[in-house]
Amino acid sequence: MELTARELAVVGALQDGLALVPRPYRALGESIGLDEAEVIDVIASLQRDGVIKRLGVVVRHRALGMTANAMVVWDVPDDRVDEVGAWLGVQPDVTLCYRRPRRPPSWLYNLFCMIHGREREAVRARIHALRESAPLQDIPYAVLFSNRCFKQRGARYRFDGEGEREG
Amino acid sequence: MKADQREVGVRGPVAARGGTSQSARPRRVLDALDRAIVNRLQDGIAVEARPFATCAAELGIDEASLVRRIEGLLADGVLTRFGPMYDAERLGGAFSLCAMAVPAERFDDVAEVVNGFPEVAHNYERAHRLNMWFVVGAGSRADVDRVVAAIAAETGIEVVDLPKIEEFFVGLRLEV
Repeated sequence: MELTARELAVVGALQDGLALVPRPYRALGESIGLDEAEVIDVIASLQRDGVIKRLGVVVRHRALGMTANAMVVWDVPDDRVDEVGAWLGVQPDVTLCYRRPRRPPSWLYNLFCMIHGREREAVRARIHALRESAPLQDIPYAVLFSNRCFKQRGARYRFDGEGEREG
Repeated sequence: MKADQREVGVRGPVAARGGTSQSARPRRVLDALDRAIVNRLQDGIAVEARPFATCAAELGIDEASLVRRIEGLLADGVLTRFGPMYDAERLGGAFSLCAMAVPAERFDDVAEVVNGFPEVAHNYERAHRLNMWFVVGAGSRADVDRVVAAIAAETGIEVVDLPKIEEFFVGLRLEV
């Protein structure tokens, strides 16, 4: 979607995060010449449009010892993938759930989810429980644990040529 | 992944080859209040004049204490920066999860080539025939295609390109 100049200014000012001060939206507005109410208005509207999902934090799971993460992929019949994906997404410890294309012969799985945990055993137990559940019984799957992380950061991308965003 | 949604962003000097940059940091032990704060903040703060005061009241502490705790959690690397989670695609970006089957003896060299592209994020070695997994993010689908083709050309290895077709709802939070 196209952002207005005012929205772009707010998105730009948010790139380094929100100041940890009692009135963070006022502080943000001061840097771009908007008052607090205008900033709140713009952010609320970006949230309604789904551009901003929420204002908050992301837990750096590795810093908390959540070092086991498995990508679990499933080969779900195409006519069931919406139903199975909707169910899988809301299961405990499932942090992401996407449908992606098959690329035969290199890749045959069409439903992806991520499961995080402190130890591989806990993650394995979780996967086992999912496999026993009715929606996933008899569905071919593969578990891809991560061995090493070479580059972990949010996608940084540019817009308006005036800097990078982390999102 | 919401990495497409990339949702996650870990700030700071990363791209540590051959290991995780985070694991070098001494781990902070969270007390009960830290955990309550982390769990609460993952749900997001309100867009209102004094969001930390509202949040602090819910947690039964004062605003200044909450701000100090958040500062500590950020400084210790438990939390990434305090700010917006964008839906990157709605901002106009395009993303794809990509995978390659890299011969073991070439793995580090290929990782260096792949990570050298600024459009590449979240590069993981995974235990599978397709053993290198990363996200390509660029301004448009055509730009993603160009990066994918360039990686394949530079490495001589097929890049299996798996863009998101549909994202299913997830809670987006990790209970600590």
